[in-house]
Amino acid sequence: MFLKVSLFATCLVDMFQSEIGKSTVELLERLDCVIDFPKAQTCCGQPAYNSGYVKVSKEAMKNTIRTFENAEYIVCPSGSCANMIKDYEQIFVHDDIWRERAKAVSSRTYELTQFIVDVLKIENVGAKLNGTATYHPSCHMTRLLQVRNAPKTLLQNVEGLELIELPLKENCCGFGGTFSVKMGQISKQMVDEKVSTVQQTGAHYLIGSDAGCLMNIGGRINRKDLNVQTMHIAEVLNSH
Amino acid sequence: MPMKISNDKFTDRLETNLKDELMRNAVASAQSRLQSRRSIAAQQLGNWEEWRNHGEEIRKHVLEYLDYYLYELSENVAERGGHVFFAQTEEEAANYITSIAKQKEAKKIVKSKSMVTEEINLNTHLEAIGCSVVETDLGEYILQLDDHDPPSHIIAPALHKNRNQIKDVFADKTAYTNSSKPEELALHARKILREEFLTADIGITGCNFAVAETGSICLVTNEGNADLVTALPKTQITVMGMERLVPTFEEMEVLVSMLTRSAVGQKLTSYITVLTGPKKTIEVDGPEEFHLVIVDNGRSSILGGEFQSILQCIRCAACINTCPVYRHIGGHSYGSIYSGPIGAVLSPLLGGYDDYKELPYASTLCGACTEVCPVKIPLHELLHKHREVIVEKEGRAPISETALMQAFGFGTGKSSVYKLGSKVASTVMKPFVNEEKIKKGPGPLKQWTDYRDFPSPEKERFRDWFEKRSKGGSNHDRS
Repeated sequence: MFLKVSLFATCLVDMFQSEIGKSTVELLERLDCVIDFPKAQTCCGQPAYNSGYVKVSKEAMKNTIRTFENAEYIVCPSGSCANMIKDYEQIFVHDDIWRERAKAVSSRTYELTQFIVDVLKIENVGAKLNGTATYHPSCHMTRLLQVRNAPKTLLQNVEGLELIELPLKENCCGFGGTFSVKMGQISKQMVDEKVSTVQQTGAHYLIGSDAGCLMNIGGRINRKDLNVQTMHIAEVLNSH
Repeated sequence: MPMKISNDKFTDRLETNLKDELMRNAVASAQSRLQSRRSIAAQQLGNWEEWRNHGEEIRKHVLEYLDYYLYELSENVAERGGHVFFAQTEEEAANYITSIAKQKEAKKIVKSKSMVTEEINLNTHLEAIGCSVVETDLGEYILQLDDHDPPSHIIAPALHKNRNQIKDVFADKTAYTNSSKPEELALHARKILREEFLTADIGITGCNFAVAETGSICLVTNEGNADLVTALPKTQITVMGMERLVPTFEEMEVLVSMLTRSAVGQKLTSYITVLTGPKKTIEVDGPEEFHLVIVDNGRSSILGGEFQSILQCIRCAACINTCPVYRHIGGHSYGSIYSGPIGAVLSPLLGGYDDYKELPYASTLCGACTEVCPVKIPLHELLHKHREVIVEKEGRAPISETALMQAFGFGTGKSSVYKLGSKVASTVMKPFVNEEKIKKGPGPLKQWTDYRDFPSPEKERFRDWFEKRSKGGSNHDRS
């Protein structure tokens, strides 16, 4: 059906984790989407917004709105950033000029797995990956965006992949954007517990849907030199 | 114990508590137990989301008509022979209660659990006039014995202690010689407390809900101590936060059902006690005199503002029991008797930002608290609202952070600036890169790299790859 998808890659993917972006593009193309990457995109504004700098964050939000307001489908490989964009509608609710423009963007934004399952109506993307994996359901995607089942559905259909339930899976990994540096002492304890639960599963792969959480958990896994590979769900679904 | 429980800086409190392995183990195991019980109890009730909507509706309605219901409550308490006192401040509440104690020449006062009496530092005020005050809730009793160790949780105040530590406290302070078995510990406390109940002059309770329609107060306990506090002494004083009321028994039933399930995963606690006024002539027990002290202490200034929804709270502690930050830092790190997400929102409102400005940042905004709240307080949004107030209204953010965030706005608001910045990032960060990872980061990144690797900026950003690929057609190879 060749849907036209405008990709909001997120700043983390653009600058630090380009593999996630590449996998997202290739995956969606395999699923018959035509991908557009509007070049004017920057960041969804969340780092400033969550730190309390609401006015500052609105600059980034307005840029995102200007960039995507004519898109048909806006797809983002991050539950947290997708949720931030979904919130624009509420954030600009008292702004007569931006309210409608914000709504246009919010209402057409989807997290990647949500888009595949709910819009494309695909539950098996034909991916293959051998090994055992555990999935960390990131907080904003699960609780705020309310996307709980789509990643699980897609992962269950990956050939060769055995999923092992992560203990205390719904506990936050301790990323929290600027929390990870502002409250470093606490963040360390949280990521350590997350990594130890990953180890308990004995899985080869730790899979997540948010680059931020994966940078946090993966960063600790690397520092501890553990034999666990961190993968974004786009990379898993693009394995074949 | 006043609301503020420590004069140490937030970072010092954190450091102390993060090292306390016994506390951390006790908290983690209590959290796991309480979380699973809560979730089972919510499922068993069925339609939990509908119950939450109903709970929220009741609490919102009460707050909207608070003046009306407070008036109705006070009229009905008075009609049934009770006395009502509205205290705007801690001092007013303490003066009223100490004046009753003086008038009754009270030597001993027994108390059942009450956070609002902690908030107004009532025990200290009563001890200052020579009264002996005995906490009869087991958790509070343990803490009182342990040289007034502050509560670390609003319903399980001694949650930070394990049973061996409790045994040691009993052994030190009450010549206890038995084991650390919970049954033996409880039996010991029960024996001592029974004497205290029988010899007390005044009983003081908190209030889970006051029922406006009848002037009744409802107390929810598992130990039955509140029943003795209210049945034996001749004078009963109940202290309540001004928002803790419901219109009728119908709403009380809904909220009690949600409170016990959310707090401890019970359908009902062992005792749900409803008391209406002093003893009537035909009744055989109960107090001869009943006083209801309704405490404002900063609540009315929350009313009508952007934080009003925090007054919906029914003090179940579900948010605390699920919070992944509380899990590691424990209650004492918050520096307030109100800990966890509810404490991080409420403490700055009641006690000011000078003492509590760090608390709203002690959260990843993961939303776990909001998800479990039985009356749908958007806790993580209120934590965020505090941050906005601290930064934009109070101007209390560190200058370095403000500068960084201004740069963020400049860099992300205009795509041209972002494109340039992200392009040079890999060059700028080059000195810190080792095997494509940053292991010792500069500035704020140090907090990250002390513990974790940080990825180095990509030499070829995603956008560069995409552009190259578009120009080269769809068969362009991955770099």
